[in-house]
Amino acid sequence: MAQHFRTDKPIYLQIADQIIQEIISGKKHTGDKLPSVRELALEEGVNPNTIQRVYRELEGKKIAVTKRGQGTFVTESHEVIDRWRKELVKQYVEQFMQDMKGLGFTSDEIQSNLSQYKEREVND
Amino acid sequence: MIRIANVSKKIRFKHILSNCKAKIDKGKIIGIIGENGCGKTTILKIIAGIMQPSSGSVKISNINDMSNVMAYCHDSDYFYPYFTIKQLIDYYQSQYSDFDIEKANRLIEFFHLNENEKIKYLSKGQLGRVKITVTLARKAPLLMLDEPLSGLDPLVKQKIVKGIIEYVDLDNQTILLTTHELLEVEPLLDEVIVMREGTIVTQREVEDIRITEGKGLNHWLEEIYL
Repeated sequence: MAQHFRTDKPIYLQIADQIIQEIISGKKHTGDKLPSVRELALEEGVNPNTIQRVYRELEGKKIAVTKRGQGTFVTESHEVIDRWRKELVKQYVEQFMQDMKGLGFTSDEIQSNLSQYKEREVND
Repeated sequence: MIRIANVSKKIRFKHILSNCKAKIDKGKIIGIIGENGCGKTTILKIIAGIMQPSSGSVKISNINDMSNVMAYCHDSDYFYPYFTIKQLIDYYQSQYSDFDIEKANRLIEFFHLNENEKIKYLSKGQLGRVKITVTLARKAPLLMLDEPLSGLDPLVKQKIVKGIIEYVDLDNQTILLTTHELLEVEPLLDEVIVMREGTIVTQREVEDIRITEGKGLNHWLEEIYL
């Protein structure tokens, strides 16, 4: 539990990212109810205030909606989720390209490496 | 909720605390951390009103009688050893009007304790859980825990952390605890008050340390101490 968090990023953002990933990968669907603050706090082994911050963060990004007296839900809007899917792809690709270029690879070399990777995957 | 202003404590000729300043806000879990002998327990006792400061003050908003607002959980053994857990709980209920017997029973179950067992035959881990039980079962606005995890095995530590998460009511309660167990307690804390050689060096939000310093509590504290 608690020890699986990285130390260079706030815990609330790590949990928020985790939930966004679950939504984008389809493990959680539009309109699904998210766990209560206390349930998720127990599951993650963190302060309930941290989970409250997670839900505020998700609401700020329009990914979750809190309904008074009912709890917090995944947005009903496919549009929002689609937008976040594109945003995440962009972030991950940019990060990957930065890392690769940092190692001294050119865009062409990266491209051919990606193709090789794809071929290996097909053969496996 | 609580303001600690220039608190110093001298016992005979020894300065235990000097010029401590801190602010404790409502609805938070705050850890007082620092090496052995740096004054953590002393400041906790002074905040609790168990000990008087030599100078300075602890101001608690709109409250005179501390016994109604705070539940203090000692580090040392202070229960009657011949009580059973059940008798201890009945005793607490008779002494504290804010004691919630139903919550106490749920905690006993949560911690897998046997209420017919006598205090003197309990293991250290069981005793640790009993202490947390009688403290968390109170509805007092301020819960103070002195070294709630010290000397316990990792599984019991995790269980106690989970017990706090499950049973604290942060809409109405604040927790102040002293600890060395940074790794276990870090995800539980909103803020830390760092002490060194009898004084408060700094007070910070734990998530803020990750944001601005890019590191966890342990590493950050090492840097302060080096």
